[in-house]
Amino acid sequence: MLFEVKRAALDPQLLIDHVRKDESGAVALFSGVVRNENLGRRVLYLEYDAYPEMAESVMRGIAEEVMGRWPITDVAIQHRTGRLEIGETSLLVAVSAPHRKEAFEACHALVDRFKEVVPVWKKEVWEGGEEWIEGEAVSRSG
Amino acid sequence: MKAKVRLFARLSELAGTREAEVELGEGLTAGGVYQALCRRYPALSGLNGSIRYAVNGEYAEPERRVGEGDELALIPPVSGGSHAV
Repeated sequence: MLFEVKRAALDPQLLIDHVRKDESGAVALFSGVVRNENLGRRVLYLEYDAYPEMAESVMRGIAEEVMGRWPITDVAIQHRTGRLEIGETSLLVAVSAPHRKEAFEACHALVDRFKEVVPVWKKEVWEGGEEWIEGEAVSRSG
Repeated sequence: MKAKVRLFARLSELAGTREAEVELGEGLTAGGVYQALCRRYPALSGLNGSIRYAVNGEYAEPERRVGEGDELALIPPVSGGSHAV
């Protein structure tokens, strides 16, 4: 297992290699990437903040939850912090399993849980303003 | 008795700092530390409906006692992961 919050660019191949075991027939990899639009606004870049020590332990907790529900062989999660440009990868979740169904389902569940509980935040910066995006709701700090 | 408080994202911008030290009175709770911080940083006021607390890196209820050497974090609603995909 691997759980990491880091400033440097993320490398998907590293996570794939990390989770693949000889009993794995499937590796599912999710990449969250920065897109150029949100709520009709033209996004210039995102700024991510995190509580890294807690984020890593909460990631371990959600991975253990998911390993209790699906027969998967390994999990790795990384999230970046700092300024990320359009097209850059903010989140990688890799799951290996004997078969594809468990790998897909567990990966999907991990990404959903990540967004609910892992202490990572993003600020969206667009032309003429910026705003911390909080949960599903949009805050009014900008 | 002192505890360290960590602030993130919008809360750190509102307070203008990512860390603070709070003198602990008898029986001070996570929620009580937040109230004490609001007196020091009024811009933090009015957020108790949305923030969560963590003590020493684990989510905690507002009633959780905070002791000497504890690290309390004020956690705004999380928004990490992918960009609203």
